[in-house]
Amino acid sequence: MDFNDLVNRKSEWLRGDGPRSDIVMSTRVRLARNLDEYPFFGWADNEHRKKVLEKLISVFNDNELLKDTVLIRIKDISEIDREFLVERHLMSQEHAMDVQQKGLIVGDGEKLSIMINEEDHLRMQILQSGLNISEAWKIIDALDTSLGEVLTYAYSNRFGYLTACPTNTGTGLRASVMLHLPALAMTGQIEKVYEAISKLGLTIRGFYGEGSEASGNFFQISNQVALGHSEVDILDNLERVITKTIAREEHTRDYLMDKKKRETQDGIFRSYGTLKSARIITSRETIKLLSAVRLGLNLGLISDIDVVSLNDILLLMHPAHLQKSNSKQLSSHERDIKRADMIRKKIGGGN
Amino acid sequence: MKKCDVCGIREAAVHLTEVVNDKVTKLHLCEQCAKEKSEEMQSHFGLTDLISGLMDFGPQQMAEEELPRGSVTTCGSCGMTYSEFQKYGKLGCGKCYEAFEDQLSVLLRNIHGSDRHVGKMAFKGACAMPEQEKMKALREELETFIRAEEFEKAAVVRDRIKELEEKVDRQEKNGF
Repeated sequence: MDFNDLVNRKSEWLRGDGPRSDIVMSTRVRLARNLDEYPFFGWADNEHRKKVLEKLISVFNDNELLKDTVLIRIKDISEIDREFLVERHLMSQEHAMDVQQKGLIVGDGEKLSIMINEEDHLRMQILQSGLNISEAWKIIDALDTSLGEVLTYAYSNRFGYLTACPTNTGTGLRASVMLHLPALAMTGQIEKVYEAISKLGLTIRGFYGEGSEASGNFFQISNQVALGHSEVDILDNLERVITKTIAREEHTRDYLMDKKKRETQDGIFRSYGTLKSARIITSRETIKLLSAVRLGLNLGLISDIDVVSLNDILLLMHPAHLQKSNSKQLSSHERDIKRADMIRKKIGGGN
Repeated sequence: MKKCDVCGIREAAVHLTEVVNDKVTKLHLCEQCAKEKSEEMQSHFGLTDLISGLMDFGPQQMAEEELPRGSVTTCGSCGMTYSEFQKYGKLGCGKCYEAFEDQLSVLLRNIHGSDRHVGKMAFKGACAMPEQEKMKALREELETFIRAEEFEKAAVVRDRIKELEEKVDRQEKNGF
């Protein structure tokens, strides 16, 4: 498998299945680890960075759990390809900058990815469709344990796993769940969710769109506390809150269908009409419309498309994906045109 | 759930968030400390000042100014100073956590509400540290017994040291 296979394959986390996939888009669990004998990436010179990269690559080559993975050296790929990997959530924006001595391992189906020499020497993640916290943890825990048998991690008995940023110290664990919460957003209840969540050692932010503003009603809830609680406790706490949030969203959806049916239908079908008919469309508008159509699908109002097509659009609408599928660089305006074309092709709105 | 950032004892009831140049600063205070701080706050420009004001009571300031010469403000392993860390926001290496232990435990308590790891343990690190400490304690014990001429007790301790040494040897050979 090489980089080009990746381009042609689908990301598993966009399959649109898995537990609670009507509301939960995906679950991501990541661990941050560093090698004891080298300075952290940001403080290391090029020689040290190189040693870390080569050491980790050689250890990964010998690991059974990591066969069938692709190794990408970030400096060897084009800027669009880097952006493409960021859009697929396989690596961070930060990893696409200062690219010397940076590596990325991607597993089959893109469920597993490991950034080498990001802020920490190792950032490994499992990304899955639907609500799958404990399964994702099991996989990443097993990989971490097996790597820990051959690598000496930076670790102290008092502080746990030592990371470049103190916000990750301890477990090095960050679990995030991406949720689609249109009913809570529409009814202004999302503010209450924000309030409640910040009191529970968790954080919530918008997932797509610029800055922290949530566009398209997609929200990401993750743990903020990484030290002083065990991994299982951190994940349980997150799962509990997610389950409550889902119940609240469901309840509000029922309320909308019960009391505001006409208005809800109107919004959904107008959005569907625009999405199918647009000839020029920005990514911001696309996300907003996709959110409404997804809700229509969940509520049984729309039945002639499937969730996989919507997820495909959600990924293919991004700049690097549009440019790769058109095999050329596109200006912002050209992208808006190609985006509209791609959407009509996917959900059959004619030429 | 979160403890007060000032007293570290009572539960935080007042949560302040300030955004300056896209940087978000958060402060969690219990009612009592919030009351005490409110007068101070009025004389400050903002939360950032309040926080650096709070830091005056913490070990940072002491480490920079009041501690006797030769005390650690620089990480012996990577050369990062604590003020460099404050500027840069990220630590230089794992050993920084030892070098800046006092300052960092305050900071970690502010971030996580705790400064003690209770989760998964790294195989190598987790084993090596307590065993070395144990060994050190046992050697001291051994010396005390020998000095007191309590040879029977000393023999027991000697055997325990031997046992521990063999265990560490085994672990090293197995690559743990």
